[in-house]
This record gives sequence, C-alpha cells and structure tokens, in this order.
Amino acid sequence: MSKTNRRQFITKTGALMGAMLTAGIISGSAYAADFPTAKVNTTKLAVTDTTVKVGILHSSTGTMAISETGSIQAEKLAIAQINALGGVLGRKIEVIQEDGASDWPTFAEKSKKLLVNDKVATVFGCWTSASRKAVLPVFEKENGLLFYPTFYEGLEQSKNVFYTGQEATQQILAGLDWIAKEKKAKTFYLIGSDYIWPRTSMKIARKHIEQKLGGKVVGEEYIALGDTQFGSVINKIKLRKPDVIYAAVVGGSNVAWFKQLNAAGLNSKKQHMLTISVTEDEVLGIGGENLEGFYSAMKYFQSLKNPNNEKFVAEFKKMWGPKAVIGDVTQAAYLGPWLWKAAVERAGSFDVTKAAAALPGYEFKEAPEGYVKVDPNHHLESKLRVGKWRADGQADVVYESELIKPDPFPKGYQ
Amino acid sequence: MFEYSMAEIGNIVVMQAFSGLSLFSVLLLMALGLAIIFGQMGVINMAHGEFMAIGAYTTVFLSRVAETYGIVNYYFLFAIVAAFIIAFIIGYIIEFALIRHLYKRPLDTLLATWGLSLVMQQIFRSTFGAKEVSAVLPEWLMGSFQPTPDIDIPINGVFVLALALVVTAGVYIFMFRSRWGLRVRATVQNRVMAGAVGINTKKVDRVTFALGCGIAGVAGAAFTTIASTGPTTGSLYIVDSFMVVVFGGAASILGTIASAFGIAQAQSILQFFMTSSMGKVATLMVIVGILMMRPEGLFASKVRK
Repeated sequence: MSKTNRRQFITKTGALMGAMLTAGIISGSAYAADFPTAKVNTTKLAVTDTTVKVGILHSSTGTMAISETGSIQAEKLAIAQINALGGVLGRKIEVIQEDGASDWPTFAEKSKKLLVNDKVATVFGCWTSASRKAVLPVFEKENGLLFYPTFYEGLEQSKNVFYTGQEATQQILAGLDWIAKEKKAKTFYLIGSDYIWPRTSMKIARKHIEQKLGGKVVGEEYIALGDTQFGSVINKIKLRKPDVIYAAVVGGSNVAWFKQLNAAGLNSKKQHMLTISVTEDEVLGIGGENLEGFYSAMKYFQSLKNPNNEKFVAEFKKMWGPKAVIGDVTQAAYLGPWLWKAAVERAGSFDVTKAAAALPGYEFKEAPEGYVKVDPNHHLESKLRVGKWRADGQADVVYESELIKPDPFPKGYQ
Repeated sequence: MFEYSMAEIGNIVVMQAFSGLSLFSVLLLMALGLAIIFGQMGVINMAHGEFMAIGAYTTVFLSRVAETYGIVNYYFLFAIVAAFIIAFIIGYIIEFALIRHLYKRPLDTLLATWGLSLVMQQIFRSTFGAKEVSAVLPEWLMGSFQPTPDIDIPINGVFVLALALVVTAGVYIFMFRSRWGLRVRATVQNRVMAGAVGINTKKVDRVTFALGCGIAGVAGAAFTTIASTGPTTGSLYIVDSFMVVVFGGAASILGTIASAFGIAQAQSILQFFMTSSMGKVATLMVIVGILMMRPEGLFASKVRK
C-alpha cells in the first residue's frame, strides 16, 4: 500500500465499483439480493436467484400461424429488451415456447404442461377466442397468469387473465360514431365471417347504429370461414347501396373479399368501408392497391407518430428484418411482458395472486400506442384510431378518440 | 323487390348471371384434375389442394421476379404454363414414389395422400413463410368491364372463365381425340387386356396422375387472381372439388362439367335470396337429396360390374 498514492487509490476503487455496478446490471445479482427467492416466490414457481421462467403459447404451425407469428416476435422482443435492462426483480427471463398448432385441445394440454410441469411465472399467449376459452379453465384451476393480446368480443373477465387488446365496445362504438359524422352515413351493410367474434361485434354494431346513431342496417351477412366466393353478396350490396359497408371478414376470405370487391368496381371512390379485421399483417396478403382508401378501426397502426412507436418499430425491424410489418395485435402482444414486469415489481413478488392484484391502476406510458392504463376489470384503457389505407400497405391515421374505458359486459348491447 | 326500378333489377340480373358463371368456372377448374385422377384411376387424392397451392406459389414467385424486372404485364400467361409444368413434374415423381405402390389398396391412398398433404403444407410454411401472400396482378387483369355505367363485369372472372373453357377443351381433346387418351381409357376399362395389347399401363398411370396434378397447378395459378395464397390454401378447395366430382359421377368428365354448372348456379342464386351461409347449406341439402336418389352421381358410367 505504501506505493499507492491517494490518486491511484481513488482510481482503483472507482474502477472496482464501476465494474461491480456493471456486473450488477448484467447479472442482476446485486439487485436480486434485495429480493431473496424465498420471499418473492412462495408458490414454488420456476424462479431461481438469477432466472425466472415464463411461457409463450401461440400457434407456430397450422392455419393460425399466419396471425400468431407476429405476436411471438413481439413478445420475444419485449423479453429481450427487459433482460437487457436487468430482468425482473434482478432475474433474467427464460422463455419456454410451446406450439398450440392451431388446435384448441392442444392449447389446453400445452398450458397445463407450462403451468404444472414447468411452473412458469406467467404465460404470454393465445390468439383466437376459441384457444383462450380452451385454456381458461386450466389457468383458473392451476392459478396461472395469462396475457392475451387479441382484440376480441368481450363478455369475459378472469382473475387469471389480462387482456391487452381491445374488447368489442372499445373497437366498435367510437369508429361508428366517427364514420357516421364524417361521411354523414345513414345506411350500413354488416358483413362478417361466421363465428363468435364477428357475430358478437355485429350485434353491438347493429344496436349502436339503430339506437344511438338513428341509422339503418340494410343487410347483415355472415360468410363461412375460408369461403372465397363473394359474387352474390357483392351483387346484393350493389342493389341495396349502403352508405357504409361495416366488415369483419377474417383469414383467407378477407383477401378474396377485397380482391373481388375491387374487381366488381366497388372501390373506395364509390363506396365507404370501415373494417375491424384488417391490420398491417392482413394487408400483406390483400395487397395495398385493393384496400386503398378504405378505413380500419384499430387501436394501433405501425405509422403512428410518437417517439415510443418510432423506437419500437426500429427495434422490431432490427430484430426481425426490415420487411417485418407490425399490426394491432403484434403491438398488444408487445405490451404483455412489460405489464407483467410492472405487476411483479409493484407486488414485489412473482406470486400470481399478488402480481395480478398489483397490476390494476398501472399506467404504462412507454407503450408504442402511446398510453395505456390497466383497468380493475383486467382490460386496458386505450384510444381508438381510424386509419385510411394507402397503396403501400401502411395507413394514415385520420382520427384518434379520447381514452376509452373497457366495458367487457356492455349494458344495452347484449 | 318493388322498391327498385326495372333498370336496377335488370343490371343485377346480368351481374348475378355472370357471378354464377364465374363460380362455375372456379368449381370446374378445381374439379377437372381431380376428375381425371379420381374418376379415371380411382385414386382418392387428398393432396389435390396442395397441388393447386404449388401452382399458386409458382405464380406468386414469378410475379415477384417479374416485378423486379418491370414486366408485370406479361408474365401471367407464362406463369400458368410454368405452374402446369412444375405441378406435372412433382405429380410424376409422387406417383413413382408413393401412389403406384397403393393401386391395389384404394382406401390407403386416402390416408397416404392426406399425410402427403400435411407434409406439403409444412414444406410451404417453412419455405414461403406462414403469412398469406398475393401475386402482383398485371393491370389488364384488374378492375371491371363496363358495358353500361351500372354494370360491372370483373375482368379476372372473365379470364378464369376463358381459362376453364380452354383447359376443359384441352382435356377433352387429350382424352377422346389422342392416342394417349385412347390408352388411358383402355387402361381404365381393362388393365390386363390393355397390357396384353402392348400398352405400358404403368407409364399411362404415371402420366395420367401427373396430368391431373398439372391441371390442379393451372387452377391454383388462376385462383391467385381472386384469392390469396397461404400454406393451407389447398384445404379450402379440397371439399368443394370432391363434391363436384362425386356429384357429377366419378368416371365422367361430362358429369363433372354438368355438376360444376348445377352447383354453381344453385349456390349463386340461393346465396342472393338467402344469406350467404344459408345459401350454402341449402345447396348441400339439394346435393345430398339427389345423391340419395342417384348414388352414382348425375352421370353414372354404364359399365358391367
């Protein structure tokens, strides 16, 4: 020590402290020491002093792989970002990914595997309502935690599930109000695929049009899933000449619907259309030229101009390639890991009951869509936006609502 | 209906008639390849839809190439030929590797080709990605033809109709006006005797199967004008294809044409007056009813059993 002068001493200890700090950030161990595993994990979850296991449960094979791939990518991006910041309560997130294979019983089986065998602290997953309904009893029985990203029909609320997409009234009412005012629309033609989400949505839309807007529904039509022939339907629409077509057609039918509509001369110059089932993901298949000028009601568009979103889009493309597009559900899936992190940190515990109880009331200001707040009913308070599609497959946001409170069991609409 | 003027009703009748014809051409293109494979060879090819997907992916791929070279207006006819050739070659290989071992076990062809369809779907998914893709269409295929300002006839519909007629004529000439067709028909009627007079029945089988696959490829290429292409696109078409072939009478190409026409018109008209899904249900009920009375289908072949 005799040869070490004061200055050298300061430099050395400074470097040492710096190194310790860096090591602390990288491994998270210094931070984790404040939260001993025995305390933050009283329900025997897969949490160690340095890691925590979570599950991702989407379809990477089968029909739904088209839609669910974006959600998987967004969740992995969020988890990678959280890990780079030191993880959750100082613990690195480790992902166990399971494939639901577009098959609902498989979803139930895999969710059981994740919760019972792997003891994951939370699961990010499901896309269709059918898959969510299949896993719901498992999550409630095993007391698991699920973050569900898709906009859906509502009529559900569980202590074990957080819904990061919009429920039906958040997506439908403000959009109809806007188009009725903006285009002075009085007559509406409702068309959707034949399953629970479009049918419930159209029920809400019809009530709103007839009772609140004083308009008239001149046709209501449901197309079998996967049907690609719209000739007769388009002729019916031509005969009834609605001011607005309100559409919720999904999957392969969606593409056929827009292509044939255009081929039959009903483009945006002659016909207004508001759809609740087209995001940037769908546009890839439909082709921007077939959509140009039509409107979508969503809470998120890739073209949103705010610093959070610009950063999100850049990092998403960096991870998944410059051609990647980001749709509404992809953004909602991205919120899941961040909200879970907040829940665990607010609770100071990985325990599902404590984390779920701590999340309501949380305001997430870094969301790419801008700002969301977790409501006591486990849905998010968010804004609705109407986008006008451009030929290049992106949308110009032409309307943005106030924050809308989620209302999964709307009175007067059932 | 009295709230509409006569002119409006007239316009709708014209467009509705065309929409029926358009559906007819789609069903016919779907079913022709299957009619050859199922009708002439008795092979239940569950992978028929996937051969359509091969044609569709070929078209999508070529459209991307054409886009980079700026020749989008010219590639489409070439893409149809390419779709035929590629589906033909793959069909030829699959007959050699799989189907020819199963001719004596017709029900096993169902399982084997169903397995094949799953394998092919996953190959599409790994190669082209899970997302649905669309071909960039040439300008001349888009939009509508307007004889009067209120009537729109979709040009892609006219194109598919014309293509269906050309392919049908081609199949007719091949089956009934060429030496090859003669050999195919001879093999179908009596395999042993055909072999005895010097026909290479194994080669006939292979070419017939490949031809059916090639026509499926053409159908897939044509359908890129009306719908998108994804790994599971084929499974959307397989039920309708079998419905047309079975309803028409398995061994009759004329039956397939009549059946496609009947189903298309019934469905198109019923869907106009009922809702879309009810129209489809009603059509299926009519088919079930007719098949109960005529189990062999519309045009049963008169062969001694």
